[in-house]
Amino acid sequence: MTARFTPGDPVTVESRYPTGHCRTPYYIRGMTGVIERICGQFPNPEDLAYGRDGLPRRALYRVRFRQTEIWPDYAGARDDSVDIEIFEHWLRPPANEDK
Amino acid sequence: MSEHTHEPGDQRHTAVEQVEPHGYYQYLADAVRQLLIEKNVFSADDMRRAIEAMDARTPAQGARVIARTWVDPAYKVRLLADGSAAVEELGIDMGTTKLVVVENTPTVHNIIVCTLCSCYPRMLLGVPPSWYKSREYRSRVVREPRAVLAEFGTKLSDDVDVRVHDSTADMRYLVLPMRPTGTGEIGEEELAALVTRDTMVGVAQVRMTA
Amino acid sequence: MTDSDKRAHHDMGGLPAGPVDRSEHETVFWEKRIDAIMTLLTGKERRLLCVDELRRGIESLGPEAYDKLSYYERWIASIAGTLVEKSVLTQEEIDARIEELRASRDSQT
Repeated sequence: MTARFTPGDPVTVESRYPTGHCRTPYYIRGMTGVIERICGQFPNPEDLAYGRDGLPRRALYRVRFRQTEIWPDYAGARDDSVDIEIFEHWLRPPANEDK
Repeated sequence: MSEHTHEPGDQRHTAVEQVEPHGYYQYLADAVRQLLIEKNVFSADDMRRAIEAMDARTPAQGARVIARTWVDPAYKVRLLADGSAAVEELGIDMGTTKLVVVENTPTVHNIIVCTLCSCYPRMLLGVPPSWYKSREYRSRVVREPRAVLAEFGTKLSDDVDVRVHDSTADMRYLVLPMRPTGTGEIGEEELAALVTRDTMVGVAQVRMTA
Repeated sequence: MTDSDKRAHHDMGGLPAGPVDRSEHETVFWEKRIDAIMTLLTGKERRLLCVDELRRGIESLGPEAYDKLSYYERWIASIAGTLVEKSVLTQEEIDARIEELRASRDSQT
């Protein structure tokens, strides 16, 4: 299985705003987190939603984000986090890194 | 002469339906159901079986999994490695669900949401409660989980990290709550009786008195 | 277009909202039937619909319908629309059947 990222890699979520169906929540776009695990390879829900087969499969990751990085005035503990499943085509290395 | 198709199980429900107003969407549901049956897409019997299966899925199933995990360390290892496979060991059908079990510890508290719709481990817990599907829960729990937890009566110190899981894709999540202290002498069935739906979604912690 | 204009109506994570209403609601029979229709259509024996199509259909209902319709009302609106898109059913036969059901129900009261 080929996957671009491995657990521990920092990743930034693309700031795209498609008009069609997508499963990357608005609140996380443009945010940077860390790969927590590779979930596997799955068909693309953005295509499945229109009756297409969603192939080829692509890597799905669980990405962990610090709450204090997402919300400017987050009131909870500083190590609070959000884990979200995000597809590889929505992720890129953070600006100052190469992969 | 009425064209209305009568199906098994209708009798006990028809009386209630006729008393209450039948909105457009109920008519739409009836129309779609009848047409699909007439076109042999599925049968009335298939419908009845699907509803029976749905009714049989309750949080008691999830509670059995949690109790087994508390008493059997080897099972716990398997559950955390592959949630669906471990649940199926107990005779619970998980279908195509890919279950990820997330463990609460003295320093980490997990809570589950689907901000985009209402994804939920239905094969294990049954249908989600209304609040889980509500605008208020879906909007706020990723932003201020501790405030939402407090509304459910769950207060956590800053020594505990709150970890929110937003189910956006194919995985479904189940919280493995901590076993309460003082339950060392209690058998597996009694332990299961302490585990509520809310503790497996992560809005509550398991208490000695359920 | 500001960033917030790009947020889809169903994509609500992080928005301000009021207290969570914790009251329990039983799933009533007509709602269970809709759930069963979805289970049967998406099952491996038929694969006439997938959950992604259900979601997309719900998201396409528009903000007013999304807010006004109940959970299962959104489901059946989405299921019916997608089945018509895919030519499993036609809008005409659905509308005709609704009319027949209304008429027969009206004649019973």
